[in-house]
Amino acid sequence: MMDDLVFKAGGWLALALLALVFAALAVDAPFAVHMIIIAITCMIALWFRVSRADYAGMARGLLKMPADEGVYDDDPVRWGVIATIFWGVAGLAVGLYIALQLAFPALNLGIEYTSFGRLRPLHTSAVVFAFGGNALIATSFYVVQRTCRARLAFPGAARFVFWGYQLFLVLAATGYVMGVTEAREYAEPEWYVDLWLTIVWIVYFIVFVGTIVKRREPHIYVANWFYLSFIVTIAMLHIVNNLSIPVTIFGSKSYSAFAGVQDALTQWWYGHNAVAFFLTVPFLAMMYYFVPKQAERPIYSYRLSILHFWSLIFLYIWAGPHHLHYTALPDWAQTLGMVFSVVLWMPSWGGMINGLMTLNGAWDKIRTDPIIRMMVVALAFYGMATFEGPMLSVKAFNSLSHYTEWTIAHVHAGALGWNGMITFAAVYYLVPRLWGRPRLYSLRMVNWHFWLATLGIVFYASSMWVAGIMQGLMWREYGADGYLVYSFAESVAAMHPMYLIRAAGGAMYLAGFLLMVFNVWATLAGRVREEKPMTETPYNAAADRPLAPVPAE
Amino acid sequence: MAIQPAEKRFSHKKLERNVSLLGFFSLIAVAIGGIVEIAPLFWIDNTIEKVDGMRPYTPLELAGRNIYMREGCYTCHSQMIRPFRDEVERYGHYSLAAESMYDHPFQWGSKRTGPDLARVGGRYSDEWHKAHLIDPRSVVPESIMPGYAFLAERDLAPGDMKRDLTALTRVGVPYTKQDIAKANDDIRAQADPDAGAGDLVKRYPKAQVRDFDGDPAQVTEMDALIAYLQMLGTLVDVEKAAPQEQAHAPAAASGAVR
Repeated sequence: MMDDLVFKAGGWLALALLALVFAALAVDAPFAVHMIIIAITCMIALWFRVSRADYAGMARGLLKMPADEGVYDDDPVRWGVIATIFWGVAGLAVGLYIALQLAFPALNLGIEYTSFGRLRPLHTSAVVFAFGGNALIATSFYVVQRTCRARLAFPGAARFVFWGYQLFLVLAATGYVMGVTEAREYAEPEWYVDLWLTIVWIVYFIVFVGTIVKRREPHIYVANWFYLSFIVTIAMLHIVNNLSIPVTIFGSKSYSAFAGVQDALTQWWYGHNAVAFFLTVPFLAMMYYFVPKQAERPIYSYRLSILHFWSLIFLYIWAGPHHLHYTALPDWAQTLGMVFSVVLWMPSWGGMINGLMTLNGAWDKIRTDPIIRMMVVALAFYGMATFEGPMLSVKAFNSLSHYTEWTIAHVHAGALGWNGMITFAAVYYLVPRLWGRPRLYSLRMVNWHFWLATLGIVFYASSMWVAGIMQGLMWREYGADGYLVYSFAESVAAMHPMYLIRAAGGAMYLAGFLLMVFNVWATLAGRVREEKPMTETPYNAAADRPLAPVPAE
Repeated sequence: MAIQPAEKRFSHKKLERNVSLLGFFSLIAVAIGGIVEIAPLFWIDNTIEKVDGMRPYTPLELAGRNIYMREGCYTCHSQMIRPFRDEVERYGHYSLAAESMYDHPFQWGSKRTGPDLARVGGRYSDEWHKAHLIDPRSVVPESIMPGYAFLAERDLAPGDMKRDLTALTRVGVPYTKQDIAKANDDIRAQADPDAGAGDLVKRYPKAQVRDFDGDPAQVTEMDALIAYLQMLGTLVDVEKAAPQEQAHAPAAASGAVR
């Protein structure tokens, strides 16, 4: 017992010392900073291990109290919900800041740490991997326990997954600001951060599958197919795409294993399927659990969920080359990517239909329940973005839209509309349940969040659509004299009003998010707001009486 | 007879009750697309048409490229000219696959908040680049690019470039033993005209040897970045490459410019 403690504490100490040795031998400053962060993390783990140990129990030679199998293990879920909110604020705030940089370049401040090129990966990773990733880890741990009717397998490993993932995020984020990057979109973290994520991810896989194995239900629920496919496929994409060779094991720099054409297609096979298997498949898992729960209706069609699950995961992988239309990638690969992207429209809408039709018999809740309203709008944006995607992957469209703000509009309609809204709905569903509160602090505030977010997306997406089409047309505009009409700089100047509208939309979305922060904080504090309920049938006591006969004059 | 007993036919229930089968089949489903699309690129010969003039980056250019990546230039600049009339007239000949064959990683980009840079080499003077990088709006009033004044003040400290070149040879870039041995000296040789270029230009044809940032006293990060920008798209003689392409793959080029 005591030996075990000494062994584990010693292990953390050894790791901390090893990290310090690496810091001392580092050939570049950011690598040294990262090794010091790792050493500090190990020391914190050591401190927790030693200070939280049950010494009295050990002295009496007691075995560790077995976990209560009669309750779900929700600590990592609670932490995950808080981490989701924390990283969400960070990611959206950085997004708003870089949006303003495009309108007012002075905001780059002339400092390397605050320039657009370094903050942009910080924004994308913070919203996709930190906000989205934490939401996925938290909800997957919540959903897999409920649908398997079993406590999490390997509770220690589940905690390691949560904290290990946070360390990954801190290393990635601080790395971007210091200029540590592999310079491949959405796969920017350097080799040692990639290796760490691989370890965390394998443990995540073990915890998730272990919990399914110990399930008390004969069937594996649909949501878990989607989560499982997400975990397996992200592992495959992450490992293959990040194959690289470090310059030295004491430095942050590495060179990717592939070059040019092959590197481009590997990267977009990864990049597009980060959208597919990080931002679509597991968020559909959230839909398959939280929409039926909140609507109190069963899933519309089980058959449809089988059909669209298999077709979605099979087809999505092929879509990557549509990011490389008209480039030096061979034509056959481009065409293949386009065809599969168009076909993908169908399974995508299969998911949307299955989610929306689940509301059959509960449509009135859109009027009365702002959480259901968020779910419906999330699915509507999912449907819209998965129509727009196949359209943009058609080469003729792509020749205009590629390299422009239209892509940014498309991504944000999906990310803000679909991923954001379904996550907000899940957070609002989870918070009262996880912390044992009678209800949220305020449902009317959820309604305000809904409208701020929806309007924010409308401003964001429409301004970027206009901007993108304008760019595409200006770049290819020929005058009667047979010369190009616009210089590139003129197209940049034309973007200014659009960038302002976009920033306004982003600010509204962030404002809505801050309402959620307050609402969740107040709910955790145990407060309940006195407010008029969302739905009220008018009642007039004066009119509520029999009509007495009135004698004629 | 035509209808088989239910338990003999495939039933999805099997997958729903067995996490190993479910995981296995979902892995198969997601593996196929990538294998079919990516694997052939490594062995189909005409994926990268051979062109004359391609060579690995000089150590100074490579250090500049690493600064380009470090500062996230790829988030706003592409390096991939598509075969459209307007792009070819604006940026130059459309990009060839071979031109990025030594790019670990590729920097084709996905967004043009700023213009394409695939053939920016030689289009502007070194002085223009320096002024532009220090304060973009001093030369392009409409520009929204961040300023990079700090590059001009900072000594280039890329570490031991021998290790960088060695790492690149491990992933297939044909640096010679001599290139690796001279990697650190080559940086000064290329950026400092007084140092004497030696055989640098023989080993790296078309390498531009001069003081790029107007400050001969020191080799700065500005030197490296400008050296990289000034060589972009200058290695291959595209006019000569076009007929070669036609000979190898007549169909591929037919949809191209004009």
